[in-house]
Amino acid sequence: MKGWRSMKNIVSAATAGFMEKNDVLVTVEPSQKGIEVELTSDVERQYGEHMRDLIRDTVKEAGYDNVKVTATDKGAWDYTIIARVLGALQRGGQA
Amino acid sequence: MTDPKTRLSRTMMFVPGNSPKMINNCDINGADSIMLDIEDSIPVTEKDTARILVAEALKSRKFKAETVVRINHPTQTPFGIDDLKTILPAKPDLIRLPKTECVEEVELVAGMIAEEEKKNGWPEGTINIICAIESVKGLYNVREICHGPRMVAIALGAEDFIADIKTQRTKYGIELYFARSTILMAAREAGIRCIDTVYSDVKDMETFRDEVTKIRDMGFDGKSCIHPKQIEVVHELFTPTEKQIAHAVKVLASYADAVKKNKGVIAVDGKMIDGPIVVRAQRIVDAARAAGIKVEMETKA
Repeated sequence: MKGWRSMKNIVSAATAGFMEKNDVLVTVEPSQKGIEVELTSDVERQYGEHMRDLIRDTVKEAGYDNVKVTATDKGAWDYTIIARVLGALQRGGQA
Repeated sequence: MTDPKTRLSRTMMFVPGNSPKMINNCDINGADSIMLDIEDSIPVTEKDTARILVAEALKSRKFKAETVVRINHPTQTPFGIDDLKTILPAKPDLIRLPKTECVEEVELVAGMIAEEEKKNGWPEGTINIICAIESVKGLYNVREICHGPRMVAIALGAEDFIADIKTQRTKYGIELYFARSTILMAAREAGIRCIDTVYSDVKDMETFRDEVTKIRDMGFDGKSCIHPKQIEVVHELFTPTEKQIAHAVKVLASYADAVKKNKGVIAVDGKMIDGPIVVRAQRIVDAARAAGIKVEMETKA
């Protein structure tokens, strides 16, 4: 659903995913500076920008703001990155 | 569109729903169906992320195989309803309901599917149901379950079933004979697919081969698989031999000729041909074609 809605915030730091091949370990934590993305990946030079944008868009689409996302990528495909970000947000968004 | 009640269903490959590596590769071994699991292969602490991963995989990827998601039981566990809420919008072909014990459980899942289809404007029957029978209670209700709404297939889940009847798996399979027969009859009565349980010792391919031969001869449509090398064996055993195909073609050609010439009794290679033999011949030709074999029909002058 597009359009206006109140932004959600992370209640506590949370993690989703694993340090395994084709996966990405994502940690989200509260931040004061909008959406921040810290990415580590072997393919950062080729796909870093795309991955950062994907993470930022996923956080925005899910309705969150003021989140710091730390992602350690092990060759994850896009759907896995989206799923792990959503998983971490869901976990961190719970009181 | 392929009829979901009768489509080719030789192999259903089990894929843990929290492993991106396995999900990425699950469609390359030619399984007829892939079953993304968020039930028994996923620890309770990872159910939430597994269901999101499976949903995102289904939304973003096109699978050649039929897609099946095994959810947690919607009333026996606290996870099943949330599984459905996350998975249904991702439009899998089938929801697999584990440990099914009565038709009311099927109705509950079917109701949630109907709501999702209506909400998205999808045609009715976009998402269907396969149930697994894993207990004596489920087995005793299997006929009613097979006739439940959106039911297109039934499967046997042997590990829980044999625990319920207080025995263990054997190589000769006597412990599952009654359950397999009962489920198969119920499936045939309802006109739906019937899929056998997994064989978990992936190193013992000889027993696996025997088991697949046995269930094929009983009448099952296919087998659940947990390793790519099992897929190859099942497809080999479920594909008709050249001799069977040649005979089937001959039977169908003679039958067509008899119908055309209004002949009452026909024989092929000295054996009388009647209705069931023609049906079986047609099934052999269909199975061969489904396996990618080009079968040309003979026409009699």
